Amino acid sequence: MTLDNPAFIDELPLGSPSRIVRFRHSLWSRVLGRVGSGVVVLWAAVTLSFASLQIAPGNIVNLLVGDQLPTPEVEAAIRAEWGLDEPLIVQYLRYLWRILHGDFGRSYVLQSDVTSLILSQLWPTLKLTSAALVVAIVFAVTAAVLTAGRRWPRRLASAAELVLVSTPSFWLGIVLLFVFSFTLKLFPVAGDKNFSSLVLPALSLGLSLGAVVSQVLRQGLENALEEPFALTVRSWGCSDLTLRLRHCLRHASLPAVTLTGWLVGGLLSGAVITEQVFGRPGLGKVTVDAVLGKDLPVVLAVAIFSALIYVVLSTLVDLLYLFLDPRLRTRNR
Amino acid sequence: MNSPRPFLYIRNLTIRFPGPNGPTEVVRGLDLTVYPGESVALVGESGSGKSVTARALIGLAGTYADVKADVFEINGEDVLQYRERDWRRLRGSKIGFVLQDALVSLDPLRRIGQQLSDAFGERQDLPAKYDRSLDILQSVGIKDPERRLSQYPHQLSGGLRQRALIATAIAQQPSLVIADEPTTALDVTVQRQVLDLLKQRQRAGNTLLIISHDLSVVSQLADQVLVMRNGEVVEQGKTAEVLSGPSHPYTRQLLDAIPTASSRGYRLSPVALEHSDEISLIAPAAAPNVRIALPQKQIDAGRHVLVVDRLQKRYGRSTTGPLAVNNVSFELAAGEALGIVGESGSGKTTVAKMVLGLVDPDAGNVWINGQPWSRMDESQRRPHRAGIQLIAQDSLSSFDPRYNVEKLIGESLDAVGIFGDNRRRRVLEVLDAVRLGPTFLNRHPRELSGGQRQRVAIARAFAPRPQLLVADEPVSALDVSIQAQVLDLLAELQAEFGASLLFISHDLGVVHHLTDKVIVMKAGQVVESGDVEKVFAGPRHSYTQELLAARPSLN
Repeated sequence: MTLDNPAFIDELPLGSPSRIVRFRHSLWSRVLGRVGSGVVVLWAAVTLSFASLQIAPGNIVNLLVGDQLPTPEVEAAIRAEWGLDEPLIVQYLRYLWRILHGDFGRSYVLQSDVTSLILSQLWPTLKLTSAALVVAIVFAVTAAVLTAGRRWPRRLASAAELVLVSTPSFWLGIVLLFVFSFTLKLFPVAGDKNFSSLVLPALSLGLSLGAVVSQVLRQGLENALEEPFALTVRSWGCSDLTLRLRHCLRHASLPAVTLTGWLVGGLLSGAVITEQVFGRPGLGKVTVDAVLGKDLPVVLAVAIFSALIYVVLSTLVDLLYLFLDPRLRTRNR
Repeated sequence: MNSPRPFLYIRNLTIRFPGPNGPTEVVRGLDLTVYPGESVALVGESGSGKSVTARALIGLAGTYADVKADVFEINGEDVLQYRERDWRRLRGSKIGFVLQDALVSLDPLRRIGQQLSDAFGERQDLPAKYDRSLDILQSVGIKDPERRLSQYPHQLSGGLRQRALIATAIAQQPSLVIADEPTTALDVTVQRQVLDLLKQRQRAGNTLLIISHDLSVVSQLADQVLVMRNGEVVEQGKTAEVLSGPSHPYTRQLLDAIPTASSRGYRLSPVALEHSDEISLIAPAAAPNVRIALPQKQIDAGRHVLVVDRLQKRYGRSTTGPLAVNNVSFELAAGEALGIVGESGSGKTTVAKMVLGLVDPDAGNVWINGQPWSRMDESQRRPHRAGIQLIAQDSLSSFDPRYNVEKLIGESLDAVGIFGDNRRRRVLEVLDAVRLGPTFLNRHPRELSGGQRQRVAIARAFAPRPQLLVADEPVSALDVSIQAQVLDLLAELQAEFGASLLFISHDLGVVHHLTDKVIVMKAGQVVESGDVEKVFAGPRHSYTQELLAARPSLN
C-alpha cells in the first residue's frame, strides 16, 4: 500500500518556520530520549554491581580486600568507606552517590584510588582502540569501494577477509611481531613509547574488525549500485569512483555504522589479549590483573565503565544515522 | 535532397546478454534514426528491449551486455569504438537521461543543489555552478530555486521532484534527452506537468527520445513512433498514422489495451488468456476492431455490503493534527464496483485501511453487512476477515518470498477452515480461474512475472469466496498490456463470484472502465461522487474537471 503520511508531509509549505521548529524539536527530543535511556542503563549497571557484591558468598570485607590478608586497620577503613555498619539501603544510596561523583573507591590490592587508576590506563586503551578503528575503517572502505560489483577482485577480497575474520587477533599479533619486529626489525617488540609501537597492535586488532565491516559495506554498496539513482548519476557523466564514493558509500554506511558501533564496544575486551601480546599498558591489562588478584573494587568499576562505553557508542551510532540519512530527521515514528 | 545530418544513426543494432543456456538476444536488428529537433518514441511492454536500447545509447547497457551494430553513430562519431572514457565525455553533455520516479532516481541522501552540481560535471567552478543551477531550475518551472537547492528529494512534492530530475539531465544542455518512462507511476496531474515540460522543450527545438509502454503518453509528444516487441521493431512511422491506422496487430492490441470510457463493458485484452507459463498475447489476425463483451454483473442495489459513515482520521497519535480523512461517507451494494480516485496523499489508502479494519477511525463508522465493523474488537472481527480480501499494488512485497503459490493461496483458506484435499481443489480452481495451470503450484513469487504475480494475488483474494474485495492500486505498477489482462480477469471474476469491489486508483481511465460508481477525494474529503458515467461526462467540482483534463488521451 502507498503510505499517505510522507506524501502528506510533502504538501506542507516546505521550509516554513513550523516545519523547522518541528524538525529541531524532534531532533532534540530524540537526543534527550537517548541520553535518558542511557542514564537508566548506567543506573542499572551500578545497581547490579552493588547487588553482586551483596549476593556473592563470603564476607564483604574479605571480598573487597582481595588476595591480601586484611589487617584491622584496612578492615576499619573499608567499613568506614562502604558504611558497612549502616542499613543496606543507606549503603546503596551512599554507593550511588559516590559513583555519581566519580569516586569508585579504593583498591586495597594496588593501594590506590580506582578512579585515578582507570583514568591513567584509559588513554593507552583509547589510543589503541581508536588506532584499530582507523585501521578497520580504512581497510573496509578501501576493500569495499574497490571490489564491490567486480567479479574477480570481489572474490579475492572476500577470501582475504574470511582469513582475517577467522584468525584470532592474538595469533595475528604474534605473526606480525615475528615478521615485522623480530625478522624485519621495523617496529618495536613491546611497550607504548611512540607511534611506531602502536602500529602492529592496531593492525592485529583492527584488521579482523575491518574485514567484518568490509563485507557488510560491500553488500550495501552493491545494493546501492543497483538502485535507479546510480544509473542517473552515471548518465551525468560521473566516473564510477565518484558514484561509489560520493553517492553509494553513504547508503552503504548505514548498516555498517551499526555493526561498527557494536564491534568497537567489543574491542575493549579484545584489547585485553592484544595488550598482553604486545606488552602494552591499558584497561585490558588492569582488568586481567584485577580479576586474577580478586581486586573487586576495580572489577566493579570496569563493569560500570564498559556499560558507559556501550551507552556512549550506541548513542553516537543513532545520531550518526540522523546525520547520514536526512529522511530519518523529519519522520516522527 | 540535402537532408541534415542525423544525431543518432543506428543500423542493425543487436544486444545480447550471456545466460546459463547461452546468450539471449534482447534486441534484434533495430534501425533508429533521429534528426536534431525531432521527437521519437520507442513503445512496447516490459521485456521488449526498449529500455536496454535506451541505455545502450549512453553506453550503459550493462557490464555483460554485448552490443553490436552495422552502424552506430552518435553526433557523427562511431561509438562502436568508444571506451568508458569516451562514453563519459558524451553522457550529460551530448545526451541527458531521465528515468521514472525521481524519488528513487535521484540520490535520496543528497541535496538537490549537490546533485545539480554533480550533474554539471567537473568542468565548472562552484560560483558558476550555483548561478547555472538557479537558471536550470527556473527553466524547468521551479519557482523558488534558492530554497529548493538546499532541500532533499523527499522534501519536494512529486511534480517538483520530477522537474528537478529533468533539470539534472539538461544541466549541460545536451543535444538529445532520453526519457525512459518519465511519467510512469506518477499522479495524473504530475504526469501532466512533466508532459507539458517535455512538450515545451520539444517546441523549443530540443531533440527527444521517449520510452514508454503507454501509447497515450507517447501520442502527446512524439513525431515518430517505433513499436517494439520481443526485441524487434514491429511497426514504425509517423505517430498520427500509426495511432489512427496501425498495420501490425500488436500495435492494435496496445491501443485496445488502454482503458477508456468507450471500453466500458468490453474486454481490453484480445482473447481469453490461455494457460501458459509465459504471458503471450495471441494476436488475432482477423477482425481486430471487434471488442469482446465482459460478462454482465449482478448488482443487488437494495443490499449494502459496505456502508462507510462520516469517517474521520487524524495523522499520527495527535488529537489536534490535520485530518487525513475528513467526513467520508459512501455505500457499496452487493456485486457493485466503486472507484476511489485521488492523488497520493488524498486519504484514499487510509479509507481502505479503515474498511479493512487495520486502522480504527477517530470518528464515524464502517458497517459491513449491517454490523458495526469498526466498533468490533479484533477477536470479534477475526471470524469475518475472510469475507474481506485485499489486492495490493506490490504483490512481490506482500507475498512471503519463501512460500510457493500453493501455500500463498492456501493460506487465505485457513480462516474459512478449508484443509487437505478440499484446499488443494480450491487452490487449483482459483488458479484455473486466473488462467494459471497446476505447474504454477510450486513456483515462488520471484519466479513469476509482474502480471503473473498479480494474477496470483487475485486468485488468493477470491479463494475464500469473499463478499468484498479491496483493491489498492492493483494495476499501477503494470504495463498497459498486462494491466489490460489483469483488469479483464478482475472484471470477469467479480461478475462470476458476485463480489463487491472497492477499487482505489489514481488512474481515471481505469476507474472509468471498471467501476459503476466513483468518489473523488482531495485532501481527505470527498469532493464529488456518483455514477461513474455521469461524473466523468459532466464533472461538477473543479478538482474533478482538473483531473479529467490532466489525463493524457489518444488524439
